[in-house]
Amino acid sequence: MSEAIRYEKDSDNIVVLTMDMPGQSANTMNETYGKSMDECIARLEKEENLAGVVITSAKKTFFAGGDLNSLIKATPEVAQEFYDDSMAVKAQLRRLEKIQAPVVAAINGAALGGGYEICLACNYRVAINDRKTKIGLPEVTLGLLPGGGGVVRLTRLLGLEAASPFLLEGKQVNPEGALKAGLIHELADDADDMMAKAKAWCKANPKVQQPWDTKGYKVPGGTPASPALAMKLPIIPAMLKSKTKGCMPAPEAILSTAVESLQVDVDTAFKIEGRYFTSLATGKVATNMITAFFFNLQQISKGGSRPQGFDKYTTKKVGILGAGMMGAGIAYSSAMAGIEVVLKDISEENAQKGKDYSKKLLDKAVSRGKMTQEKADGILSLIKPTANAEDLQGCDLVIEAVFEKTELKAAVTQEAEAQMLETGVMASNTSSLPITGLAEASCRPANFIGLHFFSPVDKMPLVEIICGKQTSDEALAKSIDYVLQIRKTPIVVNDARGFFTTRVIGTYVNEGLGMLAEGLHPASIEKAASLAGFPVGTLAISDELNLQTMRNIRLATEAALKAEGKEMPKTASDSVIDRMIDEFDRAGKLAGKGFYDYPQGGKKTLWPGLKEAFGAGSKEIPFEDMKERFLFVQSLETVRCMEEGVIEKVADANIGSIMGIGFPPWTGGVVQYINQYGLREFVARAQELADKYGERFAPPALLVEKAEKGEIFE
Amino acid sequence: MSTEAYVFDAVRTPRSKGKQDGSLHEVKPVDLVVNLLNALKERNPGLDTAQVDDLVMGIVSPVGDQGAVLPKTALMKAGWDTTVAGVQLNRFCASGLEAVNTAAQKVASGWEDLVIAGGVESMSRVPMGSDGGAWAMDPQTNLMTDFVTQGISADLIATIEGFSREDVDNFAYQSQMKAAAAQKSGYFDKSVVPVKDMNGLTILAQDDYLRPSTTVEGLNSLNPSFTMMGEMGFDAVALQKYHMVERINHVHTPGNSSGIVDGAALVLIGSKAKGEEMGLTPRGRIVATAITSTDPTIMLTGPYPAANKALAKAGLTYDDIDLFEVNEAFASVVMRFIKESGVPAEKVNVNGGSIAMGHPLGATGAMILGTVLDELERRGQKRGLCTLCVGAGIGIATIIERV
Repeated sequence: MSEAIRYEKDSDNIVVLTMDMPGQSANTMNETYGKSMDECIARLEKEENLAGVVITSAKKTFFAGGDLNSLIKATPEVAQEFYDDSMAVKAQLRRLEKIQAPVVAAINGAALGGGYEICLACNYRVAINDRKTKIGLPEVTLGLLPGGGGVVRLTRLLGLEAASPFLLEGKQVNPEGALKAGLIHELADDADDMMAKAKAWCKANPKVQQPWDTKGYKVPGGTPASPALAMKLPIIPAMLKSKTKGCMPAPEAILSTAVESLQVDVDTAFKIEGRYFTSLATGKVATNMITAFFFNLQQISKGGSRPQGFDKYTTKKVGILGAGMMGAGIAYSSAMAGIEVVLKDISEENAQKGKDYSKKLLDKAVSRGKMTQEKADGILSLIKPTANAEDLQGCDLVIEAVFEKTELKAAVTQEAEAQMLETGVMASNTSSLPITGLAEASCRPANFIGLHFFSPVDKMPLVEIICGKQTSDEALAKSIDYVLQIRKTPIVVNDARGFFTTRVIGTYVNEGLGMLAEGLHPASIEKAASLAGFPVGTLAISDELNLQTMRNIRLATEAALKAEGKEMPKTASDSVIDRMIDEFDRAGKLAGKGFYDYPQGGKKTLWPGLKEAFGAGSKEIPFEDMKERFLFVQSLETVRCMEEGVIEKVADANIGSIMGIGFPPWTGGVVQYINQYGLREFVARAQELADKYGERFAPPALLVEKAEKGEIFE
Repeated sequence: MSTEAYVFDAVRTPRSKGKQDGSLHEVKPVDLVVNLLNALKERNPGLDTAQVDDLVMGIVSPVGDQGAVLPKTALMKAGWDTTVAGVQLNRFCASGLEAVNTAAQKVASGWEDLVIAGGVESMSRVPMGSDGGAWAMDPQTNLMTDFVTQGISADLIATIEGFSREDVDNFAYQSQMKAAAAQKSGYFDKSVVPVKDMNGLTILAQDDYLRPSTTVEGLNSLNPSFTMMGEMGFDAVALQKYHMVERINHVHTPGNSSGIVDGAALVLIGSKAKGEEMGLTPRGRIVATAITSTDPTIMLTGPYPAANKALAKAGLTYDDIDLFEVNEAFASVVMRFIKESGVPAEKVNVNGGSIAMGHPLGATGAMILGTVLDELERRGQKRGLCTLCVGAGIGIATIIERV
């Protein structure tokens, strides 16, 4: 009996290996696993009359995958050791699949990553048909590849093209989907049925080999030498690169591994896979992505920014003021989480329109077979459209999502506070107005908070929570609980103009428009953003936001600052926006003309007039400078936000920047970008950019201080 | 330079569509070469094959029918003296001219005295890409080198240079008209050797790929060839590198790109002394050769720097060259060369080019060398420059001078 795997032989000489790692809620691929598996395999190899092996788990899930705590520590200095270790894991699974008896994976729950790689090393895969069970190889989403033989085996099992969505995109499926795709062989109703089927298969197939070890085996879809695949092969990398923009080493390494693996035997293929795996795991992008998408997200979902000492709160009834796009989206997301919703607007008709948005989304889910009609009806019935403030009675949370006008927000806040629970939280979904100012209208400013949702709410996972000067810890704790309750990701910031996300993305847009004013080519400006990994270029974003709206916000801010006796700092984008509106009458996409032309039915194209208007294309700077200006300007602004106490947690900054404002995922977020760049190197480069392009790139004191001390942002 | 390299003769097969309905599809590539080896002997009665040091041939897809050192195989089959060696080389589309340059360099070095250069490509028998290769087929290499197919590069050149669809179609029309007129006037007869079968029956006597009935309207009506693969991903790869270009204007079609054809060519090169010994009359002298390379993604911009390099080596300028042969891989390639070099269009491809007559990859370089020599003689002019754009950004050039 090994430490982590139970070894039981039945009367039919079938051995059941039950993975049950001590002190862990799930099985993972760590040292204990390696040792235990070694012992089990050695014992299996010595068994006489072995009739079969069934591998299953005593946990809720089958196996959770690789150990990210150790993976994140891999650096180029330990590459040889890392490679050797990864080859040892594979050698073990290779021994398992070569045992002279049928080996069956009895998949009792989620089998992801390393878990599914164990399954792939079995001759047969049976899974309990639970719709919630996930099967797949999500390594690519963390900048890695399935390094336990997963790329080699899945490519040989399904063929290069059929394996692509699972390997290159990390597609996960439930057991039914897995059966359809060929990832598993059979479904079972429950644990007993699964074990029965697994053993029955062993008995029926006493002599079995892996397909790739069987004489005459041909890979589905052919090898790279076969004409059908050879014809497509030259363009497949281009298709990939047009999506990844060259920012993502993992999909590139996976494609390379998959193709190369088909040109050699399995054991040589494992070596190739190991070398690519090592290059990814010891590289920066995997570190960045594991930091953000595993550790940072985990910290946030565990309530890392949540004040201690308050019981977890479940919001029961939420009132939403304003049934426009944002209000309607918040109503949908809340109802989806089973919360009762009062959706209020100035007329019941408007409120009903807001509810119809949910109906549209739910109908779509039903028509696609993703939800039953009954469930959809239940969710929809949770939303009550109304024009009557009294319907807000009993709400323990009210979120106003009316126009960005201070007076209007004050009026609806007071109206709502008169009806809602006194202990309830009153939130504003403003994207730019200071919360402390808005709280002045509130009769309970300690309960007043900012909940900044992103558009479209049903798709955007982030909510930026803004604490005003008087916001209580309890209100913050309840707000975080609510955001997690509706299955979104909360980050916490302190009150300041533009908060965190709006302020940081503002520097991005300014930088792009500033480049235009400098005379750089607009196509290069957009391309630099895209190739740095941003989803949308700054000129396109400005057209979407509308230049008139951007100017209105600027003027409002200017006026507000003036009232405080402060002056608004001028940016290079101001005159670009002014000239676009006043001189050229091109306010953006809504007007059908902005930095782009929007031909009817056609793709948008850059306005040729930019050349004459701004001397666009008259100047050139290194393209790398353009890319880094977009990244640096936002990271530097984030450090200033940290200096000013606007944002405190690195995790919040990283996740907020990626999920809220499109900061490139490969960087691991706006702070991780600095950490991975190296603080000293970052300071030196920032200074260089400052000398060349302006003071906004000058490294802030906090950054310089940390660099000098040899620290990173933690 | 110890020895001058002289051209004594140049022969080529006619070219025909490189598909199964082409006139030469029935002919094995080895026989295309054997036919020409026989012709060289017939045309040069003094030629003693035992005096030939080597047969250097360009073959871009040297596999299958074209594999296993086809030049040596052809020599054996043609019954040449056993002392003649034979080697195949591949520098993509430069192969035929590279063979000429290599032969000239062998002679010029003084280490060999008589070398036959040439090339062969039966594109109907061994299709383009049959030899695979890491550049296109290995994802890691492909990704690291920003691989795109040549058509994308040609369209990128047109986009950057502002050549419209009308411009490239007009160029193609001119190529067809010039080639048709030249063929009608018999300008190609001196070098084109009919391909015959084992009975001595003629299979093809002259180029039959030409379309003298071509109209500009007809060319305009063709669909662009590279739009779809561009949209699938190649455009994105090219534009990631050429970031100041917003989108690629796909202007090239089968009508304004070089034709896929079958064909072969041979050029007899040697020292003056060896020529005199065998009673061969020198027709021209290789003045200079050049090889260079440019960015692999825009790929087809090699001719101008290669020509510059050859001219510099020869101590000549563009004004010293009477005729230019710039391979018409795609219309935009030649148009860009004309634009960059400033040479009058009237001096370039005076008898048409690959758009009208086709581009048998490994052979074309050797073919255009013979074409320009014939035309210099016909016009009583002195110098010609041959150049080709080449895969992966390579450019090649050769300057020849009548003697």
